[in-house]
Amino acid sequence: MIRSTENRWLHRFAILTALATLFLICLGGLVTSKGVGMSVPDWPTTYGYSMFFFPFSKWVGGIFYEHSHRLVASMVGFLTVALAVWLWLQEPRRWLRWLGIVAVFGVVLQGVLGGLRVAWMKDELGIFHAALAQLFFVLVCAIALFTSRWWASAPKVPIRDGSGPRYMYQAVTAMIFLQLILGATMRHQHAGLAISDFPLAHGKIWPALDPDSIARYNQKRLETTALNPITAFQVGLQMAHRLAALLLVAGIIWQARLTIRHLGWSHPVARLSIAWVGLILGQAVLGAATIWTNKAADIATAHVAVGALSLLAGAMLVLVARRCFETSPVEAVAAAGARGRNEPANRPAQLPA
Amino acid sequence: MKPYLGCLATAVLAGSLLTVAGAEITGKVKLKGTPKPEVPIPLDVTCGAMHSGPITTRFYVVGADNGLGNVFVYIKSGAAKTPPTGEAPMLDQAGCLYEPYVMGIVTDQKLKIRNSDALMHNIHATPKNPLNKEFNFAQPIKGQVSEKSFPAPEVLVRMKCDVHPWMFAYIGVCDHPYFAVTDKDGNYKISNVPAGKYTVEAFHLKAGAKTADISVGADDKKTADFELEVPAAP
Repeated sequence: MIRSTENRWLHRFAILTALATLFLICLGGLVTSKGVGMSVPDWPTTYGYSMFFFPFSKWVGGIFYEHSHRLVASMVGFLTVALAVWLWLQEPRRWLRWLGIVAVFGVVLQGVLGGLRVAWMKDELGIFHAALAQLFFVLVCAIALFTSRWWASAPKVPIRDGSGPRYMYQAVTAMIFLQLILGATMRHQHAGLAISDFPLAHGKIWPALDPDSIARYNQKRLETTALNPITAFQVGLQMAHRLAALLLVAGIIWQARLTIRHLGWSHPVARLSIAWVGLILGQAVLGAATIWTNKAADIATAHVAVGALSLLAGAMLVLVARRCFETSPVEAVAAAGARGRNEPANRPAQLPA
Repeated sequence: MKPYLGCLATAVLAGSLLTVAGAEITGKVKLKGTPKPEVPIPLDVTCGAMHSGPITTRFYVVGADNGLGNVFVYIKSGAAKTPPTGEAPMLDQAGCLYEPYVMGIVTDQKLKIRNSDALMHNIHATPKNPLNKEFNFAQPIKGQVSEKSFPAPEVLVRMKCDVHPWMFAYIGVCDHPYFAVTDKDGNYKISNVPAGKYTVEAFHLKAGAKTADISVGADDKKTADFELEVPAAP
């Protein structure tokens, strides 16, 4: 069997799997935002039917979203298995072949977690389900990156003290993941907005958390769906999420500044780091809009999706920096910089589409 | 002659004991303050077609003389555990809404749950007392009736439909039958209460709870009024 690192169709298939995963994350976000995760009480069946033969006439109300989520999840599962088999048969890099197997385990575990969350009626499992979804998305996108032609021939980028930006990408990406876990914990308490105003919090810079105040917060709100009562923990959680968001915006702007200082504005890595700034600013606006719209399902779902893309941007920068950045003597960097200023052709790398 | 008199006396005593219905606690729950207007519920197309006008939330049902409806009034302490009697109460799903919105049952009493709509509902109980088990099942057929019960007291257990997330209702579970839900004008009546000293609580989902200590003798008719308040801003 001929194995080649250049397999355009495999790369395209990995991108397709990644796109399907993003769509699945959006659907999952919609299910949680609409509070309809338990509208199909059984799993792996759907109201006693095999999920693939559940009559369309019964896809009413919340069932439509939950059942669609299950079907798309199955599709992502099939795509992931196909991707792993393809990698196993045609990919020469052993570690990448095993990465495909890890993806299969990931998607199976994710499906089981989602199913048990319904069957066991455990909200807590939803948090793990949401967090694993983000990791799985990054994994599939990484496979797409590793199978790209660009990755195989990625040119080295001479950079003075490349560890600075590298560590920054890693730290901020890890922070985003923690922030996504915070967000998932908030969402899977099914209590709606623990704080319903922004930029203030229950009318104050820091909200009161004593039992009487919490009781009043609950009494004041008129919820149109069956939300759980909010608790002091949940109010504290949302404040932590807000503070972490501030830190993240600052951290991502700082990494962009650092990257531009090292590589200039036009370098593809710099462009990606600037795009990351755009994503995180958009994410901050969506977070505020989630509160201002009383957690409108579409806005809250967009917040989940852009969160996933923000994590992805960070993860891609970590991988690209690890692959390309090469700490060089000052002279080499200066020479490369001079070439870069004089010759537009000095493009160290073309990032994959 | 004497044995006949003895029998007669016993029969009269037994008869009088059977006819003693116990005390009655009545009253009115009033609301102080003006609540926020109820929020319109965005029904889906199918459920919306079952109603001629917009449907709103049902938190504050305020009637004549500021009487507050849907308040669960019950003997919070002092009552002995008493098994349920009479017919099983019914929680209905009609027009994609639960009826009644607030109701009460006795522990281990059968609760009938009916689907009066020609569409699928799921019934998802979310109790907080660990002795009461969470359950979630479907009723796809119009007219279908299921029976459930709760073994432990809990005020209030929430019931919800995840297919139609705006559908939710509350059930007060007591280990005795001495409870009532206020009508639209805030009136309530708890009957057949044995003589004793009790703490009665009026519990409303948004306006909070108030208690009153009350002593009743056999056949007494006592009144306990409550005033609940619209919560102030934190």
